[in-house]
Amino acid sequence: MTDSPAVEGHNDVGLLSAVPIAGRTPWQITWSRLKRDRVTMVAFGASVFFVVLAVSAPLMTQLGWIDPYNNHYDLVGGLGSLPLGPFGGVSWQHWMGVEPGTGRDIFSRVIAGLTVSLIVATLAVLISVVLGTVIGLISGTAGGKVDWWLSRMTDFVLTFPQTLMLIALSTIVIDVLQAALNTDRTVPSMVFMILVMGFFGWPYFARIIRGQVLSLKEREFVEAAQSLGAGRARIYFTELLPHLWAPILVYTTLIMPQNIATEAALGFLGVGIQSPTPSFGSILNDSVNYARADPAYFVFPGITLFLVVLSFNLLGDGLRDALDPKADRQ
Amino acid sequence: MFYYILRRLASVVVMLFLVTATTFALFFASPLDPARYTCGKNCTPTILEGNRKALGFDQPVYVQYGKFVAGLFVGRDFPDNEQLRKDFPQQIVHCPAPCLGYSTTQHRPINEMVAEGWPISLSIAIGAFTLWMITGIGGGIAAALNKGRWPDRTIVGAALVGFSLPTFFVGLVLLYFPAINWGLVPIPQYVPFLQNPFAWAQNLILPWITLAVFFAASYIRLTRAYMIETLSEDYIRTAKAKGLAPATVIFRHGLRAALTPIVTAAGLDLGGLLGGAIITESVFGMHGLGYLAVHSVTYMDLPTIVAMVMIVSAFIVLANMVVDIAYGFIDPRVKVAG
Repeated sequence: MTDSPAVEGHNDVGLLSAVPIAGRTPWQITWSRLKRDRVTMVAFGASVFFVVLAVSAPLMTQLGWIDPYNNHYDLVGGLGSLPLGPFGGVSWQHWMGVEPGTGRDIFSRVIAGLTVSLIVATLAVLISVVLGTVIGLISGTAGGKVDWWLSRMTDFVLTFPQTLMLIALSTIVIDVLQAALNTDRTVPSMVFMILVMGFFGWPYFARIIRGQVLSLKEREFVEAAQSLGAGRARIYFTELLPHLWAPILVYTTLIMPQNIATEAALGFLGVGIQSPTPSFGSILNDSVNYARADPAYFVFPGITLFLVVLSFNLLGDGLRDALDPKADRQ
Repeated sequence: MFYYILRRLASVVVMLFLVTATTFALFFASPLDPARYTCGKNCTPTILEGNRKALGFDQPVYVQYGKFVAGLFVGRDFPDNEQLRKDFPQQIVHCPAPCLGYSTTQHRPINEMVAEGWPISLSIAIGAFTLWMITGIGGGIAAALNKGRWPDRTIVGAALVGFSLPTFFVGLVLLYFPAINWGLVPIPQYVPFLQNPFAWAQNLILPWITLAVFFAASYIRLTRAYMIETLSEDYIRTAKAKGLAPATVIFRHGLRAALTPIVTAAGLDLGGLLGGAIITESVFGMHGLGYLAVHSVTYMDLPTIVAMVMIVSAFIVLANMVVDIAYGFIDPRVKVAG
């Protein structure tokens, strides 16, 4: 979609000839390309909106603007305590209806759940990025034996089926964490997902970074730094790292939605975060029990999840096109 | 080429050894006690210790691993204890090679459980694979040929939507609306292919679509990108210039080059799926290998969890090898050293 940005009536030559030619940094070029890509800008706006919503959810709960935890037994009734009213009890007070059984407001729970889901997804991405970048950098620059072993290690981790390992390890790790932290299952489940999702994510980053480094290290500026006597650490972090921000940023944006979806899928399977803590996973896991009687309960949170994932995917695609110097400008 | 295949096989053996050893160590050296889950709520210490002995959990982990590996090649007998076998010869259960172990919750060899789930997982994987390859490659080519015009935008937009839809959400919507509410298709229930091929397909159509949506979307994006890249190459211009029919240029010259990376991706994806489509199977209650994996986690059946991880990893490793070797045959430019 972003390969063909809607830029009718614009053209580079006309724009450039109107203003005196000035040097632009790569970031300025990227930003100007992004600004012309309407779809990506909308996705950018939506992503920022979701992040702001997630960050402010705890405050909104404190202020009483949203109400994710209180039960409203007057809103449910009948056989199986289904919500009263059409579409799972949608009303002016309850935009997405209420939960069957407890009568909790689903809209509030989705917003509060966004916080938990985004925290898990973001921290997991951070772990993958840091591990992947460091390993990819070392692998690419060191070459030889070090590179060989690190590459085999990357292959080895990729051999494990990620979803299955997440499910399987949940049995052990959550119990151990729960015993160590001495709390209920919420925090251990979150820590588990962050650690394991982050761990199984690094090989992708490592491969990409290694590839970039391999082509970068043949360039003159690295040779220049080496001949000036720069140490390894300086070459890694001062010379090479600044060139790697673009791929890191793009893949972070693309892995984020995957992590959000994985958290939801695990919750759906019943191994992730569980009710009463709201997250996309726990809400949807709960809603499966009512899939026949009250489909609105999974449809509204499901669509919200889809929109969040879609915004981040679109943003990632747009960033990739904008940051790619080879991308064709139509 | 022969030496290359040999070397590749050797690395597969090493990988499989490492994967099984790591998995085994992770789960059997963990603080969890596998014997604790062998009997339900009314468990006495005597029964527990008996089960522990019978399944060999009282032995050191490396001994258990050795027995597991031996069982893979020559099979093994349960109970895993000489004394018990001598005392209760009527209770011996033989688990033929490749023996994957003994389930602590279902109290039978894991091979039997895998044999029951495997046809279901295979049926789901094959059907979904066919579906997503046809729509993915077809859609990708159609988009690439119309680059920038409305068919392209529609296809790419649809692919982005499909790419962002969570699999279990697609499954739930398909299960609820067409099957339960509107009654267009039966509520999926596995029917063996040989028993009734038509009912087999009719029951599996929803799981196939569910699983295929995400993959079809990624294959559309992949095919489109490679096709656009290939179609801008010089040799395509040459082919056009010498007056070849457009269809020949697109399929014989363009698609052939673009297909190589797609075949690679397809091999790896199919390999990963043969071990069970966990989410799809769970949504539709199909008791395939993915369901078996989730079930064994819920009931803490450690030997089965380990066996499932190993099966899926083995498929991934093997798919990797097949793809690497196939690469040498598909793409004449790939030169294999050695």
